[in-house]
Amino acid sequence: MEILLNGAPHACLDDTTLARLLADNGYAGRRVAVEINRTIIPRSAHETTRLQPGDRVEIVHAMGGG
Amino acid sequence: MTATLSDPLVIAGKPYRSRLLTGTGKFKDLDETRLATEAAGAEIVTVAIRRSNIGQDPGQPNLLDVLPPARYTILPNTAGCYTADDAVRTCRLARELLDGHSLVKLEVLGDQRTLFPDVVQTLQAAETLVREGFKVMVYTSDDPILAKRLEEIGCVAVMPLAAPIGSGLGIQNRWNLLEIVENAKVPILVDAGVGTASDAAVAMELGCDGVLMNTAIAGARQPVLMAGAMRKAIEAGREAFLAGRIPRKRYASASSPIDGTIG
Repeated sequence: MEILLNGAPHACLDDTTLARLLADNGYAGRRVAVEINRTIIPRSAHETTRLQPGDRVEIVHAMGGG
Repeated sequence: MTATLSDPLVIAGKPYRSRLLTGTGKFKDLDETRLATEAAGAEIVTVAIRRSNIGQDPGQPNLLDVLPPARYTILPNTAGCYTADDAVRTCRLARELLDGHSLVKLEVLGDQRTLFPDVVQTLQAAETLVREGFKVMVYTSDDPILAKRLEEIGCVAVMPLAAPIGSGLGIQNRWNLLEIVENAKVPILVDAGVGTASDAAVAMELGCDGVLMNTAIAGARQPVLMAGAMRKAIEAGREAFLAGRIPRKRYASASSPIDGTIG
């Protein structure tokens, strides 16, 4: 299935969990925050949240800024 | 005399020894960011919340590895937001990112050329964020009425600009700043527009509780050296404010005794 990951189309397997998506993209154990369809998914729910086709996933982190 | 040490800046109930808050943008690399932050003596550092780069090398060092939240108070900002909705969304993401941390720097911009704040959107966002339990440090224009309104809403610090963000023009309207400082019950920090150390000292001499800056340090030819200069200027300005300047007079007043001169 296809989702929108940080604004770009991204292919992943059906029934992928959010935790799996994060791990597959190198974010396991990294400090990030995630929104799906503009709703924040708390870290505690990453394992149990399953992605749906067309989901708009945003992964954000802290970077230099004033 | 250690006035600056015994005279903490208190924000949202937490005391800080340093009155210089620094941004983490525009540095050459993370090493320079760390060195400049240390030279500035900053305890509160701002960060931006941005989309991560998908596919980027996951081993790459992260800003929060060099400025660990255990040592620094991380102040996530809403830079780049032009609506109250976007700013509130960014703050909620920051709170999730930083494990429930509620201190945020709210800025809602109105215009790309000046980066002046959109004060209507800023007020709206501040109301929502305070209601949601955020501790809001708010970037605003140097308008005394608006500063008071933001304090009344429940912002924990009000941060008027000295001049446009990144302009380095220094304090453009010291009388407005003075009016804001004299009427405030929350800390007033100058945020944006400082160009060099004397600008920071002037802000502190006016009675501001602190200064937040980024470009003046990161954009200097030697950022780490400028960070140290800013630390000293903030301390000097604070001590001068506490000490109380002499009144301005038009004519001279001799420093040496007039009696007993030879001849």
